[in-house]
Amino acid sequence: MDQSRYEYLLLLGDNSMILGHRLSELCGHGPSLETDIALTNISLDLFGQVRSYFQYAAELKGDAATEDSIAFTRFDRDYRNAILVEQPNEDFAHVIVRQFLFDSFHLPLLEQLVNSRDETIAAIAAKSIKESRYHLRFSSEWVKRLGDGTEESHQRTQAALDHLYPYLHEVYNESPIEKEMKKAGIGADLATVEAISRNTIEDVLTESTLMLPKIEPRMVRGKQGIHSEHMGFILSDLQYMQRAYPNMQW
Amino acid sequence: MVSSTLHIANQQIEEALWSVTDPEIPVLSIMDMGVVREVTQDGEAVLISITPTYSGCPAMDTIADDIKKALKERGYQSKVKLILAPAWTTDWITERGRKKLQEYGIAPPMDEASDKAALLDGERMIKCTHCGSTSTRMISQFGSTACKALFQCNECDEPFDYFKCLK
Ligand SMILES: [Zn+2]
Repeated sequence: MDQSRYEYLLLLGDNSMILGHRLSELCGHGPSLETDIALTNISLDLFGQVRSYFQYAAELKGDAATEDSIAFTRFDRDYRNAILVEQPNEDFAHVIVRQFLFDSFHLPLLEQLVNSRDETIAAIAAKSIKESRYHLRFSSEWVKRLGDGTEESHQRTQAALDHLYPYLHEVYNESPIEKEMKKAGIGADLATVEAISRNTIEDVLTESTLMLPKIEPRMVRGKQGIHSEHMGFILSDLQYMQRAYPNMQW
Repeated sequence: MVSSTLHIANQQIEEALWSVTDPEIPVLSIMDMGVVREVTQDGEAVLISITPTYSGCPAMDTIADDIKKALKERGYQSKVKLILAPAWTTDWITERGRKKLQEYGIAPPMDEASDKAALLDGERMIKCTHCGSTSTRMISQFGSTACKALFQCNECDEPFDYFKCLK
């Protein structure tokens, strides 16, 4: 098996899956019907992308692996998502800022992956990119509305930004797998992605009257499997059905 | 290959495919949606390639099952393959499909530039499916499903869905 390519697919899929799971927690709990539906729809898009990544990963892995076995039957150390997407839904500002930071990165990432030498990854990216554009539109509109809104919405959004922004460093920071895949012409060049993402963030924050936090980046390594204390709780929820009824199918 | 010009040699198979509808928009055949990309036949085994509208579209599994069922009723064994490239676009919805959407109460997608103006800049141009007024405003970028946005009419006050342009 092509172990590196397999792990790269996990990395791409896990980010979307864990964020999608966080968003799914809001189903029926959104602050208004419209935002509830919007966030759940974004979650659904992300899970759709995950299915494509993991169906392909299962093909590479063989051994009767399926998209479900890859999604649900790994130990926490084998998940490759960044710490940013594990962060909890503290309040609506946190939900929106987390989404916005991720989208600002996700869109240019997909723009690069469209040219991947791996045809399947390129096809998944070409499909996902159209959806990701809507996600970024939604999240940046809300960052502006909250930042430039009331005193309280501004203060909460700034607090969310101060909390979440330091985790973005990890997302930009090339892990060994990402470096290898970039060299092979399969993966994205994160330096380019970072530059575009930073531009987007700067533009939207200026319009939102929010300040880019001057806080040291957090040196975390979710992409290498070292997760935060939140991950165990996420997995106990996410993996519940497979633990209770091993190999169950919908 | 665009689905409106998709050539299916076998009339029975074509009929079967036209009979399958999108479970979330029951008036619309998957052929009008442009979801069916290729049909190949080897004796009684038929291979149908379909492409999802959105990655997370929960209707795709149902559509695949419905295709197999419709073909089985006509005596064909079939396999349904999901293909991702080229990615689906709203341009593949047929003219007939757009009319059906409108009649069903979903405003059909506009061209890319108008779509942007309506969704981002609040331009009043999406036609209300109840009274026909173009004095309408967006309530939410995401409607009942990811492919739709929720609008409200300023004239008759009624809400309606708009099928977003996807390119
Ligand atoms: Zn009206």
